[in-house]
Amino acid sequence: MSVPHKLVEVRDLKMHFPIRGGLLQRVVGAVKAVDGVSFDIYQGETLGLVGESGCGKSTCGRALLRLYEVTGGSILIEGKDIAEVNAEELRQMRPTMQMVFQDPQASLNPRMSVANIIAEPLDEHMKLSKSERQARIAELMDQVGLNRDFANRYPHEFSGGQRQRIGIARALALNPKFIVCDEPIAALDVSIQAQVVNLLEDLQDRLGLTYLFISHDLSMVRHIATRVAVMYLGKIVELAPRAALYSTPQHPYTQALLSAVPDPDPAIAANRHRQILTGDVPSPANPPKGCNFNTRCPKVMEICRQKDPEFREVSPGCFAACHLLNDDQNNKPGRVT
Amino acid sequence: MPDGAAPVLDVKDLKTVFKTRAGEIHAVNSVSFDLRPGELLGVVGESGSGKSVTMMSLIGLLPTPPAEIRAGQVVFKDQNLLSIDETGLRDIRGKRIGFVFQDPMTSLNPVFNVGFQIGEPLRKHMGLSKSAARTRAVELLELVGIPDARRRLNDYPHQFSGGMRQRVMIAIALACDPEVLIADEPTTALDVTIQAQILDLVKELREKLGMAIIWITHDLGVIAGIADRVLVMYAGQVVEQAPVQELFANPQHPYTRSLLKTIPTVSGERAQRLQVIEGQPPILTASPTACPFLPRCAHHFDRCAAENPARRPVAPGHDAACFWDPTTGAPR
Repeated sequence: MSVPHKLVEVRDLKMHFPIRGGLLQRVVGAVKAVDGVSFDIYQGETLGLVGESGCGKSTCGRALLRLYEVTGGSILIEGKDIAEVNAEELRQMRPTMQMVFQDPQASLNPRMSVANIIAEPLDEHMKLSKSERQARIAELMDQVGLNRDFANRYPHEFSGGQRQRIGIARALALNPKFIVCDEPIAALDVSIQAQVVNLLEDLQDRLGLTYLFISHDLSMVRHIATRVAVMYLGKIVELAPRAALYSTPQHPYTQALLSAVPDPDPAIAANRHRQILTGDVPSPANPPKGCNFNTRCPKVMEICRQKDPEFREVSPGCFAACHLLNDDQNNKPGRVT
Repeated sequence: MPDGAAPVLDVKDLKTVFKTRAGEIHAVNSVSFDLRPGELLGVVGESGSGKSVTMMSLIGLLPTPPAEIRAGQVVFKDQNLLSIDETGLRDIRGKRIGFVFQDPMTSLNPVFNVGFQIGEPLRKHMGLSKSAARTRAVELLELVGIPDARRRLNDYPHQFSGGMRQRVMIAIALACDPEVLIADEPTTALDVTIQAQILDLVKELREKLGMAIIWITHDLGVIAGIADRVLVMYAGQVVEQAPVQELFANPQHPYTRSLLKTIPTVSGERAQRLQVIEGQPPILTASPTACPFLPRCAHHFDRCAAENPARRPVAPGHDAACFWDPTTGAPR
């Protein structure tokens, strides 16, 4: 990529869900599912978004397509702020951005045939004749590797991997530029995961798609992503190109997360010194003061309990939010290795 | 582990069938394996490969009907578990054979506090008094690393996080000092950092308590880090059995070989493209007469369609159910 074109620009995105309580159901607090994240997605790349359950990665992906009314911040997709646009403008923008969901069982209507599921976006956004519609369905089924003779079958007649292909065909129906893949392989078996990931890569090559690939599977993200963002408790703690993130993780959380992934090689597993985090993730309704990670961080310092570290570029293209990486800080206890 | 030691558990030719309105499903087909004292036996396979059904069959946890254990024997300390009645099994389950299930939320009872639930097997099986059971429950919670154990006994499952709940499940399973612990995907529902904590705990407990463990998982990474010996299951059969180092260094069955190639890793070489196993596992409506992996196998030949290969030794302590020899690339 000579001049990378920013397809999506997210600035200080916040998604808070109110907590109601008491007799009058007044708002008594907020779950800060996404609390001020900023990142760009370049045309044609796959941005991996990883983190543990409850860190806000799915909420972030859904907010990006404005499936929620965001609490704050801006989301520019091709220069247009989709957090601001009105309903009609949003409807017109919908075809460029689509979503593939985690559970293909739950995201396909069991009472609709595959043809009708795939064609639903076509019916909604385009005026096609019956034969054009038929042709487009067949073309989409071919693209995702489904037998076009099965167009009139129902979702329960397909296996998990095939159902996910149906979900992908539906997402492709309107020739989107940008697809949010929310844990698209989490519900699939190991041998089927590779099939779906290869399909997503092929489609990206062929159609020039841009993906936000949300997953908790760090090894699969290493395979598919161009750049990777790591979330913890509603914030992005680190964002870097794939190779840099996996070989030289900067943030202590990224380091611990990578170290916790089991390696499918007994020789490596036996010799590896694992860094095991103690405790659990704090509640997003009541995040700790200072850095969100300070309750579990093995390298915690005094300043971490006071001040939230700024998310900044620590080296070209690599961003992280950690006091250890701020050279200008007064207390420098040695570099992260 | 000495190979000669008498196994704690010896399973031979186990066959489990489910009767459904649409016909029979042969979920477990002639599964044989043994569990040696103090070892951790990993069982890997995809969903539907029969790994959980095998273990549930062993100790009569499957509802019959629809399930039917059609053949086989399960010898646990000179008793055939399949011929013992329900009362006899109850004395073994939870006392001499402990279980940990995948989802700690659904396997704990939400309306009882955890002290009561940990104490239950102690009162039922060991005849402990209420207060003695509580004292032991505190010890158990401390053993599995739950801080402030005495106070937490009065807490209910929803007051624990996922990882902590799984620790409670492990405490319940360990309550009566079982000789065998069966863990069915105990870390699958957990996050990686929490999974690492639980794996560490299990390794530590094993050294301390010395029981034999069967660990069911679909995650080869977990197996590599924790198991001594591995069974690979596919379509209701054990297709390969080997010590863990041997299995990863020298896999023999085409299914194991492809499985190891399809999984990406966080370190080491990054493949440009993932290897795939085309197709999907068969639906077992009848007892297989051909190799069940045949439709997805790159190396099959005539014999594979005529006969379902039996497990045969390929190296010391290592066997595989395949007619093809990966070293020569020709039939065995």
